[in-house]
Amino acid sequence: MGEALRLRVPERRILVVTGHYGSGKTEFCVSLALGLAKQGHRPYERLALADLDIINPYFRSRERRAQLERAGVPVYGSAYGHEVTAEIPELAANIKAPLVDAGCRVIVDVGGNDSGALVLRQFGKYLRPGETLNLCVVNANRPETRDAEGVMEHLRAIEANMGMRVDGLVNNTHLLRETDAACVGKGHALCEEVCRRTGLELWCDCYPRGVVSADEIEGRYAHPMPLGLYMRPAWLDIGFQ
Amino acid sequence: MSEKVLMKGNEAFAEAVIRGGVRFYFGYPITPQSEIPEFMSRELPKWGGKFLQAESELGAINMAYGCGAAGGNGFISSSSPGIALMQEGMSFLCSAEVPVVLLNASRGGPGIGSIQPGQADYNQVTRGGGNGDYKMPVFAPASIQEAIDILYDAPALADQWRNPVMVLVDGLMGQMMEPVLMPEPKKPLESADIPTVKPWAISGSEKGTRSVVKSLRLQPEVLEEHVEHLFEKYGRMEKELVRVETENVENAEVVFVAFGTMARLVKEAMEILESQGVKAGMIRPISLWPYPYEAFDKIGKNCKAVISAELSMGQMVQDVKLGVEGRWPVRLIHRVGGMLPTSLDIVEKTRKILEEVR
Repeated sequence: MGEALRLRVPERRILVVTGHYGSGKTEFCVSLALGLAKQGHRPYERLALADLDIINPYFRSRERRAQLERAGVPVYGSAYGHEVTAEIPELAANIKAPLVDAGCRVIVDVGGNDSGALVLRQFGKYLRPGETLNLCVVNANRPETRDAEGVMEHLRAIEANMGMRVDGLVNNTHLLRETDAACVGKGHALCEEVCRRTGLELWCDCYPRGVVSADEIEGRYAHPMPLGLYMRPAWLDIGFQ
Repeated sequence: MSEKVLMKGNEAFAEAVIRGGVRFYFGYPITPQSEIPEFMSRELPKWGGKFLQAESELGAINMAYGCGAAGGNGFISSSSPGIALMQEGMSFLCSAEVPVVLLNASRGGPGIGSIQPGQADYNQVTRGGGNGDYKMPVFAPASIQEAIDILYDAPALADQWRNPVMVLVDGLMGQMMEPVLMPEPKKPLESADIPTVKPWAISGSEKGTRSVVKSLRLQPEVLEEHVEHLFEKYGRMEKELVRVETENVENAEVVFVAFGTMARLVKEAMEILESQGVKAGMIRPISLWPYPYEAFDKIGKNCKAVISAELSMGQMVQDVKLGVEGRWPVRLIHRVGGMLPTSLDIVEKTRKILEEVR
């Protein structure tokens, strides 16, 4: 991250992050939480991450619990002591603690696709419109969200399942370690088109730190957001023909 | 599709096998491959195919048996305990020479085990958990792209050999994302073409001809002749279907043998060893049956040890010993239970082994 770069701070206390499998919701949530913990996120005293992913059995933000908690960000997830290896569709009752704590900023990482968004229904009464910002992460390299129609269909399905409107888009168009600036640009153009047609705001443009150079991104977009690849150990990208 | 897309392993496996010509899917959900039936239920009808959720894994494999016997290109997928339930069906499919493509996204065992990745199904898939003498080609890709390429070819391979073909990945490969290229869709087999393309199939369309697809052969001499026929076919498969990738084995001081996810970890460990001045090589079996025993003949005279790296208590190591034929010491590096070693763990254990064999 460029030293001068300040991350965009969510305008409301509760940030709900939805999106397609592989859009990079979890990487966005973990990077934002660690970034805000370092940078500060006034006016709230506390910062927490709620992992509501009941869809994926692997690669969930609760796997980064130790790192997040070292940075001062408690993680709320499964009832079984933050059990990372269960496939039980259950969530801890204490997840509502940061949702009702008026002094706590909370990032809510929701499971993939519209089916993952369904879980938000049970927390609807805690997610008041004036207090909640709903962002949907878009990766234009995912086959289902490669064009504006695909993204809008996906938005409609997510909104129908979670019972709330999405407020803005996060462009996280990437190909993991094969991402380049053109890739980010392609996603930016797609998100702009969707925003034009829906009235949504393009909230930020993400890029993988260390893969795409900050010089190529910062200054080009209003709100650049470097992501840390916390969920992606390097050996997963070792290639075989 | 000429541009790379980012896909989750399980979705990519399903799409690749459809593009390879599969039009029938039978399955029962089990983690970590449930995205496959989910994807198939949504996408296969768009290609003119049929998705059927079975009442159990036993139902799924027997539906695939019926589909294959009728000449259809079927696909089933499951994970370790589900594959265990299907073993009887695999023996029947091999005996009746019914082509079908199977995928096992293996997880921790024994028993119901865990949902984290494992490779302890090696013996189950290469030796057969079903009864009787039978064999099935098993391919173990190490990347999602390699899995796509194998699954794309698998329906044609199963048809060519009139035999089930298994693709073994582990749960991690099913769950991870990778930028991939999808091949152009093949023309699927039409029902009207089955009597010509698969004259042995029970297509029910020709007067006067009668196809019989069965595994029951009560007369001993008839069954013996059939099993001899199967093994003549397996012998040809052993010559034609071996796939392996080797790296630096000629000059290596230590040669690793690893497949799937473990091969990725080993590759990272090899780079670290290389930076420490240890020459390391790798034999990466892509076909687990037939096993690439000949690849071990390429190992050079500098070799001090051959290390089988596995996510099991040591199953492939038996094949490694058969390939090594006593020429070098054979050792095992492993983790189980869904645990993965780090590349540094592999480096440290390798250095200990090299000290011990010196």
